[in-house]
Amino acid sequence: MRIDVNDGRCVGAGQCVLNAPGLFDQDDEGMVKVLDQHPAGPDVAAVLQAVDMCPSGAINVTGF
Amino acid sequence: MTIQDTGVTEFPVRKPDVPFPPPQYADFRDRDGLVRSVLPTGCPVWLVTRHEDVRMVLTDRRISSNPSLPGFPNVAVTGGVPRQDQIPGWFVGLDPPEHDRFRKALIPEFSVRRVREWQPTIQSIVDAQIDAMLAKGDSAELVAELALPVPSLVISTILGVPPIDRDFFESRTKTLVSVQTTTEGERDVAVRELLRYLERLIALKQKRPGDDLVSRLLANGNLEPRELTGVVMLLLIAGHETTANNIALGVVTLLGNPRWIGDSRAVDELLRYHSVADLVALRVAVEDVEVGGQLIKAGEGIMPLIAGANRDDRNFGCPEDFDPGRTTRNHVAFGYGVHQCLGQNLVRAEMEIVYRTLFERVPTLALDTTPDLLRFKHDGTLFGLHTLPVRW
Repeated sequence: MRIDVNDGRCVGAGQCVLNAPGLFDQDDEGMVKVLDQHPAGPDVAAVLQAVDMCPSGAINVTGF
Repeated sequence: MTIQDTGVTEFPVRKPDVPFPPPQYADFRDRDGLVRSVLPTGCPVWLVTRHEDVRMVLTDRRISSNPSLPGFPNVAVTGGVPRQDQIPGWFVGLDPPEHDRFRKALIPEFSVRRVREWQPTIQSIVDAQIDAMLAKGDSAELVAELALPVPSLVISTILGVPPIDRDFFESRTKTLVSVQTTTEGERDVAVRELLRYLERLIALKQKRPGDDLVSRLLANGNLEPRELTGVVMLLLIAGHETTANNIALGVVTLLGNPRWIGDSRAVDELLRYHSVADLVALRVAVEDVEVGGQLIKAGEGIMPLIAGANRDDRNFGCPEDFDPGRTTRNHVAFGYGVHQCLGQNLVRAEMEIVYRTLFERVPTLALDTTPDLLRFKHDGTLFGLHTLPVRW
């Protein structure tokens, strides 16, 4: 799986950090930051949850 | 329910003898298309109740949040809030890209990390309120003594309201949200006093900046001081009664489901289950748009019903059950799209700390009334409790 984020769309709700804490963080401006761009195994489910919960469609995933 | 020939469905007005969410929502979800209705103000509106459709309405760029556009649903009960579109900086009523400048300036103040840093402050505010409650005897009115003061004291601390002014701040914000006990005139006075106070606070922070939200917003210069008054008023209103209602309803639900006390998953399930901001998201179509198989024409008002979406059995298994263990967690209690609640992580922290501290320190906590005598807010925009008598 590959994660790409569009921080122009990010609204800083923090849903990704709550749902996949080791994979996403918020930078000093509160915007999405990817910690692991190529997660695998059980992390994939957490990322998909984060994608669904993101209110602004700022996270794109491919290759899973 | 449908008025013959017109296809217009009566708006499900909340009444004391009808449970919340209104049982009609289940019927609305099962109908083809959307439900055409008329608000108590006479304003025609499309009611949206399916989870998928509510999320679409809240994210589609052909649908606007701007209350000054023709066709925007007009709700009469404002709870003392000034007409939204009259305050500069009231950015929940702006669409992208105008909206984004405000949101971006505020995001770092409410990030997951920042809220974590506020936890010790929230804890000491909650401790002090519970200390005062316990010192008074063996019973309390939990809305006035805990649920309302906690969010008010937390937001005033974050904003940088000096400690000496916090009682004033708390009393005026309480007047603002006490629908039953204050008159429209008293609320207008409280709004004016608060706006004047916030203007003075902003002027003070311009002269003597501190380590607080208002000072940081002034320093980064992205917002004008006059916009800042509206922004701060919005933060105050958005986070006060909503949080208080969630705290109070949550205590009742947890008392009825004690096995979930102390489980951190309870907070989001309480948010879904109570959906206090059911009627808060209002929109208008700016282009023709199809939602749930229904054509909405440009200029028609839309009301996504949050409690409808949060009880949709297409999305949640057994949606009527209070089940913090459920794996589907994508509720829309905080909305969805670019306007999704900015303070949601602060609300979660406040709820979590209040429940943990209250049930730890007052393990014999019980209702001091029977559940059927609880006074629910059937008369305001937000669902909640007017009072919550408890004893221990």
